[in-house]
Amino acid sequence: MAMANPKSDATQARLDAMSMPEGAAWMTAARREALDRVTASGLPGRRDEYWKYTNPADLVAPSIAAVPLLVTGEQEMFSATDRLRIVFVDGVFDAAQSDELAMDGVEIELLRDVAQKDIHWAKDLYGTLETEGQTPVSRPLAALNTAFATDGVCIRVHGQASRPISIVMQHADEHSDVVMHNLVRVEKGASLTLLECGPVAARFNGLLEVDVQDGGRFNHVRTQGRTHARRALTHIFGRLGEECHFKSFTLTANGMLTRNECVLRLTGRDTKAHVAGAAVGDGDFLQDDTVFITHDAVGCESRQVFKKVLRNGATGVFQGKILVNEIAQKTDGFQMSQALLLGDDAQFLAKPELEIYADDVACSHGSTSGAIDDTALFYLRSRGVPKTQAEELLVLAFVAEAIDEIEDSDLAENIRVRMDEWLVRHRN
Amino acid sequence: MLKISNLQVKLEEEDKQILKGVDLEIKAGSVHAIMGPNGSGKSTLSYVLSGRDGYEVTGGSATLDDQDILDMDPEERAAAGLFLAFQYPVEIPGVGNMTFLRTAVNSQRAARGEEELSAAEFLKVIRAKAKTLKIDADMLKRPVNVGFSGGEKKRNEILQMAMLEPKMCILDETDSGLDVDAMKLVAEGVNALRSEGRSFLVITHYQRLLDHIKPDVVHIMADGRIIKSGGPELALEVENNGYAHLLEENA
Repeated sequence: MAMANPKSDATQARLDAMSMPEGAAWMTAARREALDRVTASGLPGRRDEYWKYTNPADLVAPSIAAVPLLVTGEQEMFSATDRLRIVFVDGVFDAAQSDELAMDGVEIELLRDVAQKDIHWAKDLYGTLETEGQTPVSRPLAALNTAFATDGVCIRVHGQASRPISIVMQHADEHSDVVMHNLVRVEKGASLTLLECGPVAARFNGLLEVDVQDGGRFNHVRTQGRTHARRALTHIFGRLGEECHFKSFTLTANGMLTRNECVLRLTGRDTKAHVAGAAVGDGDFLQDDTVFITHDAVGCESRQVFKKVLRNGATGVFQGKILVNEIAQKTDGFQMSQALLLGDDAQFLAKPELEIYADDVACSHGSTSGAIDDTALFYLRSRGVPKTQAEELLVLAFVAEAIDEIEDSDLAENIRVRMDEWLVRHRN
Repeated sequence: MLKISNLQVKLEEEDKQILKGVDLEIKAGSVHAIMGPNGSGKSTLSYVLSGRDGYEVTGGSATLDDQDILDMDPEERAAAGLFLAFQYPVEIPGVGNMTFLRTAVNSQRAARGEEELSAAEFLKVIRAKAKTLKIDADMLKRPVNVGFSGGEKKRNEILQMAMLEPKMCILDETDSGLDVDAMKLVAEGVNALRSEGRSFLVITHYQRLLDHIKPDVVHIMADGRIIKSGGPELALEVENNGYAHLLEENA
């Protein structure tokens, strides 16, 4: 008999508070296997090396404190973009607010419906990449998601999606605790842009599995809601074939706790994978980017660019790893994480890692943290730009490199405007 | 225009007096030059006047059109009409040159209660001014001074001066790092801005810049003071004989 220990008690308490949705046999099997993974490793605790900088307690706790709703008069993100909108309110699909789930060359379904079907393409994907992503580092909260996710969007793209699909996640209930799981399969030579926005819930466990077949292109831009007290954990698990293009960008503004994990495996030659993020936080804010990119093929390029603006005691975390296996010659790996610390007590904790088994590769990483450049600030002020505005210009300049990773310039402009608005709201 | 009386300045972080009582008055429309050996306090004077951190004024005053500038923030001094062309223009990655200039021009206009320039008007003005300084469209689009050659950086300073139309321009070793052609171009840019209502203070080590920007008055600065003032011939004297005998004269 196993000894009682706090970690398994915490895991059990969390599991007791959840119920597994009913579904078709394959779905139930996938969920049960995921549950086995959770019980085998236990949910993360403070002592787990992978959670050294970010305390997972609030993500693991059986229940969550109420989070006041953030009511703003501002327009929804990406509203200027012609897109197919899919709206969830506290994780529940809202048909009335959503567009018809139909687009030429694209199959769009809800996970809750897919889960009931005996035969479906999702069977091969649901939980598959998540399972692969459990080695070499276990990610029990991702397995928890696979076991208990109540809904999500399943998208299969056969051609060039004519417009982006936008998942809008509204928050209406102060107590909502949401687990969502999205699936994307980009068929050979197909392409899709996926947009995500909204605060989602008081607590959010979100997961996206993306399977990009040879020659496929996947663009992903998301913003995480500005609600101050929310907690969010997201995972992206991606598997990329030959000559694929994968780009994912995340803007995190506010939120008490956010951890975004991105686990990619480059399995076909000459593929490009770019992951970027900009985070801005003020005060009680912890934002964590944890990235694991595995190169398993020749001639691939991976690029990580993360910028964090941390004010008044805010904390930023970056754990980024590039693993280059022996087969992956001619790999070009780049990793950069930088923090701008505004105020003495903000902190940035970074753990960049390279693990390389191939001999003909170029990999680099850099991590810096610093304050606003006084010389640049004086230069701007000496030209008549007031101090506050000069600082904002320099902050925007600092995050520009991450925002520039977004392929579509209109979407990038959208993000820039949001950043600017955040800075103006947070003027001293 | 600019009146400096018995200005005394020390470094904020160490007990080192840099300016030991500088007196200088520049009338509207005139061009003054300050020459002097390394470490005489020339650059400090330009920084203190423009409001850079790190210096403590321990005595004296400086006024621009009778307004005390030493109590103002750097941006207020700029809006009041003061401009410093930097010896080492600062590179600012991520901020486009054009954005920077438009923000600067409109900030100053706002501070003076004037209407902002529209994007179209601004574009029209800057294109014309950039052309005379041989600054191409690409330089305007690039981040401020990033990847600019020494000459391009200095021309960019003059472009900023032309756009901001200050009344008191301080040029801090604008000739340093420039070849003859680049220096000529910069000097032409400055000369084009000379007018009755605008004054210049040109800080330089060498007389050759003063061949192109002809000063009305030349001052020699040494050990934190102005030790001699005279006409343009004083610059030539320095060029021929160096500073040594002037320093001795003063000792």
